[in-house]
Amino acid sequence: MLPKNPAARRYMIRISVAMTVYIGGLFAANYLIDNALVAGPLAWAAALLPAFAIAGVFYAVGMLIVELKDEFLRMLLVRQNLIATAFAMSVVVAWGFLESFGLVGHVAGYLIVVLWAAGMFVGAVSNRLTHGSWGQCW
Amino acid sequence: MKNRLRVLRAEREWSQQELADRLEVSRQSVNAIETGKYDPSLPLAFRIADLFGLPIEAIFLRD
Repeated sequence: MLPKNPAARRYMIRISVAMTVYIGGLFAANYLIDNALVAGPLAWAAALLPAFAIAGVFYAVGMLIVELKDEFLRMLLVRQNLIATAFAMSVVVAWGFLESFGLVGHVAGYLIVVLWAAGMFVGAVSNRLTHGSWGQCW
Repeated sequence: MKNRLRVLRAEREWSQQELADRLEVSRQSVNAIETGKYDPSLPLAFRIADLFGLPIEAIFLRD
């Protein structure tokens, strides 16, 4: 069911489109590249399709910040995003140093999105503790 | 910043949701303002003042 809030409704639609493209793109890239059906620029395009879909998720979040009319919820969302970004970047930087000193193995860079999502949860908890609201806008 | 929003709302027997609907904001916003966890922007403060028919300084008080 779509949210009543128009901004949240558009966000849900954008996220749904981005995730559909992500899942479809990932399967397509795996199939096409694993079976050597594409090469050169086409292989690059296939490999990057899931990344563009994830960029679409960030676009959807950005547009939600722009379109939310409620200033308090908008402030909470900005706060949540800043915490998520700082969390994800801090963990990646820490991991990078550990890796460069040979203490941990290499991890694929795209996993930063998982850290960012975890950071969004941390941000929501922080909002609840400091401002009394999880920041849900639907 | 302190404010008298909860008292003014109670005088009119409005719920937080009713006040939120009149201000076109979320109930969470009203709750956050009432509990002093969020200071509204000047435009929202003016909307609140207009709704209660009071000057801003009669609703929002210096710490």
